[in-house]
Amino acid sequence: MKELSLNILDIAENSVKAGAALVQILLTQRQDTLTITIADNGCGMTPEVLRSVTDPFYTTRTTRKVGLGLPLLKLAAEQTGGSVRLTSRPAGEDPENHGTEVTALFHTNHIDCPPMGDVSATLMTLIQGHPETDFLYRHERPGKPVELDTRRLREVLGSDVPLNSFEVLQWIEEYLREQYQTDQTNQENREETET
Amino acid sequence: MKSLAELAEIRERMKDKIALREGNNEIRIVVGMATCGIAAGARPVLNAFVEGVNAQGLEDHVTVTQTGCIGICQYEPVVEVFQAGKDKVTYVKMTAEKAARVISEHIKGGKVVEEYTITYAKKA
Repeated sequence: MKELSLNILDIAENSVKAGAALVQILLTQRQDTLTITIADNGCGMTPEVLRSVTDPFYTTRTTRKVGLGLPLLKLAAEQTGGSVRLTSRPAGEDPENHGTEVTALFHTNHIDCPPMGDVSATLMTLIQGHPETDFLYRHERPGKPVELDTRRLREVLGSDVPLNSFEVLQWIEEYLREQYQTDQTNQENREETET
Repeated sequence: MKSLAELAEIRERMKDKIALREGNNEIRIVVGMATCGIAAGARPVLNAFVEGVNAQGLEDHVTVTQTGCIGICQYEPVVEVFQAGKDKVTYVKMTAEKAARVISEHIKGGKVVEEYTITYAKKA
């Protein structure tokens, strides 16, 4: 994977496949670290499966449940001196509160830290392919956090217009772009006042 | 700044159109979006199909969807085109540029772009 946004897309697809109604994608950017959390309320995994999912050689084609996605994320994080943490509650054990949470920590000043890439394109792809699933995206960074909650959009759109209608997708793309841009402009303004 | 009010306008504009559109999908374009596809560049390919179909005004009878790994990872990004009464066409090693050509020549023009198909790739 060339960009972290592609790892995010890949892991979030697992959440959708696990039958999640809501997938939360949370990014926290600090001075030298970036934490990416993907949390879902899907079917979850048993402790046995959970132990094996980051091992690319454990699963076989006929029985595989996850594949190469998590090993690739783990590799990317560990290459920067970071790590991946996985927790999961299977639906069979806890019918009220089940799901999986993947947290990856990256040291952003490490030379092997991949670029973030186009995270808006990742969200567009997820929403386009899974209009019935809800996504909560929140990127905490210096300045104002960037946020998108498809549950709020759904309230406005009602049941008439699916989230993956082209006009809605265009609106979402622009909505995210503006949030990232406003933040940048503010920062530039601040820098100017400082000098 | 984009507002939720604008989204409500989109709803008003579209709700009648959507009802008409249902059950009218003659062509289905399916993009592989598993780990193998994503790593090979499927995301911009999907985007190119979604945008291209709408830019050409084909959205009333063409849908673009996603699927998982279909087992030919070495040929990713893979795109399949399904059309009632016709054989499935499998395009391999796709790019956004190739997608634009598939839309104008195949989806719009009805002529398969042979050199992007898996049959052609296997012969070469």
